[in-house]
Amino acid sequence: MAKVIEGLYYCESHEYVKVEGEFGYIGITDYAQEQLGNVVYVDMPEVDDEFSAEDVFGAVESVKAASDLCMPVSGVVVEINEALEDEPELVNQDAFGNWIIKVKLTNPAELDSLMGAEAYQSICK
Amino acid sequence: MNKTFYGKLIFELSTPGRIGYSLPKMKKNDYCVSELPNHLRRSKEARLPEADELTVVRHYTNMSNNNFGVDTGFYPLGSCTMKYNPKMNEEVAGLSAFSVLHPHQPISTSQGALELYYETQKTLSEIGGMSEFTLNPYAGAHGELVGLMVIRSYHMERGDSKRTKIIVPDSSHGTNPASAAVCGLEVVEVKSTAEGTVDVEDLKPLLGDDIAGMMLTNPNTLGIFEKQIPEISRLIHECGGLMYYDGANLNPMLGMCRPGDMGFDVMHINIHKTFSTPHGGGGPGCGPVGVGPGLEKYLPNPRVVKNEDGTYSFINTETACGRISGFLGNFGIIIRAYAYLLALGKNGIAEVGPLSVLNANYIKEKLRSHYLLPIDGLCKHEFVFDGLRPEFGGDHHDPNHVTTLEVAKRLLDYGFHAPTIYFPLLFHEAMMIEPTETESKDTLDSFIEVMKQIAEEARDNRDMLKNAPHTTPVRRLDDVKAVKNAKFKYFE
Repeated sequence: MAKVIEGLYYCESHEYVKVEGEFGYIGITDYAQEQLGNVVYVDMPEVDDEFSAEDVFGAVESVKAASDLCMPVSGVVVEINEALEDEPELVNQDAFGNWIIKVKLTNPAELDSLMGAEAYQSICK
Repeated sequence: MNKTFYGKLIFELSTPGRIGYSLPKMKKNDYCVSELPNHLRRSKEARLPEADELTVVRHYTNMSNNNFGVDTGFYPLGSCTMKYNPKMNEEVAGLSAFSVLHPHQPISTSQGALELYYETQKTLSEIGGMSEFTLNPYAGAHGELVGLMVIRSYHMERGDSKRTKIIVPDSSHGTNPASAAVCGLEVVEVKSTAEGTVDVEDLKPLLGDDIAGMMLTNPNTLGIFEKQIPEISRLIHECGGLMYYDGANLNPMLGMCRPGDMGFDVMHINIHKTFSTPHGGGGPGCGPVGVGPGLEKYLPNPRVVKNEDGTYSFINTETACGRISGFLGNFGIIIRAYAYLLALGKNGIAEVGPLSVLNANYIKEKLRSHYLLPIDGLCKHEFVFDGLRPEFGGDHHDPNHVTTLEVAKRLLDYGFHAPTIYFPLLFHEAMMIEPTETESKDTLDSFIEVMKQIAEEARDNRDMLKNAPHTTPVRRLDDVKAVKNAKFKYFE
C-alpha cells in the first residue's frame, strides 16, 4: 500500500509540494513511483526556470513508461536535486524524502486548491 | 546464449590470423591501398573478428535459432499486426528485374517498376478513399510527419500561419505527439470516455482558429471503433482544421469502411503491417501517405504519374511539402505489399478486416474468465486486458500479486511471443493482444489453453511465474541495468 504523508499538498497528477516558508519542495508521490516501477532517469529543469501551475517541468522515465512532471503550483526553480542525476532510483527508495525541485512559490494562494493527505489517499486506488 | 560453443560472441570465437577467404593476386593496374592519402588511412587496426567460414556460419545459424519471429510461432504483439508474410512476396521481390534495379538508371529502363509503383499508389488510394498517395515515407512515424507537413503546407499556403496546435487523444500512440513536435506543432490532448473513445464534450472547448487538425487512430489503441467519428470530423472541419488518420490500426477496417469516407483528409498506412511485409525490431518499414481532393499538390517530391501515352514519369511541384526520402522510399517493401494486394484481390482484401476482428474477439471471450477485461463489448482487431483477475493472483492490493510482466515472461516458456505490455497507459497492467487474421483456430486455441494454464499457475504456483522464463536462451533480463548501464561495444 502506497504511503501518504500528512502536512503535504497533493495534486491529481501525483506530485506533492512540501512547503517551508516561501519555498516548496516538489516531487512525485509514493503511489506514483509504485505505479511507474523502477525509475531510470529524471529529467529536471534548470535553476531560475519559471513555471505556472500545471506546466510540465520535467519527466520521469521508468522501465515501463516516461511520464511528464507537472507543477502543482507556480514557482521559480531555486534548486534541483542533483543526486537524482546519478541515482534516479532514490525516487523509488523514498519518494517523499527525495524531492525533485525546490521552488520559490510565486502564488502561494494556489496551495488552497490542492488536496490534503486524506483526499489524495482516496484517489489512489 | 553461451550454451553452445558456437553461441559465444564472434569475438570470443576469433583466432588471430585465421581467415575464411582468399583474394586474387594484385594486378598491375589495380588500385592499391598505398595510393590512398595518409589522412584517409586508418591509423589503428580495425580489430575485426578473425574466423573461418564454417565457424562464422555456425555462429550466425546458432544466433538465428535464438530468434523469435512470425515464422517461428504465434506473435500476438498488440498494435504491431504481426501477420504472416507470404513467401510469394519474397519471390516476387527477389526477381532480378527488381533486385538489381538502380535508382539512378534512366526511367525509360525502369518503366515496369514505375508501373508497379503507380499501381500501388492507385490501389492504396482506393482502399483509403483518398485521391492520391505518396509511397516515399520510410515508416509509419515518417508518414505521420509527412502527413502533418502536408497539413501545415495547406494552412501556410492560405496564409493561415496561426494554426500551430494539433489535437491528439490520450490513448494515441506515442509517435503522434512526437511527430507533431518534430513538425513544430503544439500537442493538445483530448481525454477518453470510460468506454475508451474520444470524449467529444472534452474536445469542443479545445477547438478554435489555432487548430491545425486532429490525429486519430480508428479503431483506437484499445481496439474500439470511434463511433462518433462523423461528429468529430464535422467539429474539426468547422473550426478550419484537417483530420489525420493514423493507419496503425487499418487492418480491421479493410473491406468494411474507408478513412476517406469517415471525413479524414490525410492518412498514412503502415504497409509493413497491413500488407504483410516482414517487420519488427526497427525495420524495414514503409508508411505511404494519402490525401483527399485538393491536397495532392502538397505531397512530397517526387511523385510518379502516368502519362497519356501510357508511360510513367516523375513530377516535382513547387507546392510540395518538401523532399523526404533520398529516392522513392523502401521499394522492396512496396513490391511485397503489391504482391500481397494482388494475391488477395478485391474480394480477399475485404475478408481481412472481418477475420481479424473475429480472431481477436474469440480470444477475448475465451480468456475473460481468467484475465480482467476493463472495457466490455465488441472489439476490433485487438483488445486490452488489465492483468490477471484477482482470483488468479492479479489482486493489486496484494503486494505479492502476479503482474502482467510475469505472465508475459512465462508465455515465452510456452513458445509464444508476448503481447504488448504496459501500453496503453490507461491501465496499470495493460496486456494488448492482436492475433491478426492469418492465424488458424487451432493456433488460437492453443494460445488460449496456455494463457489459462498460466493463470492457474499464477494462482497455485506463484514462484514459477516470478522466476520465468525458464527455458529461453536467456533468463529474466535486468531492465534497469539495460537502461542505466548499457554497453554497446565489445571492446572497452
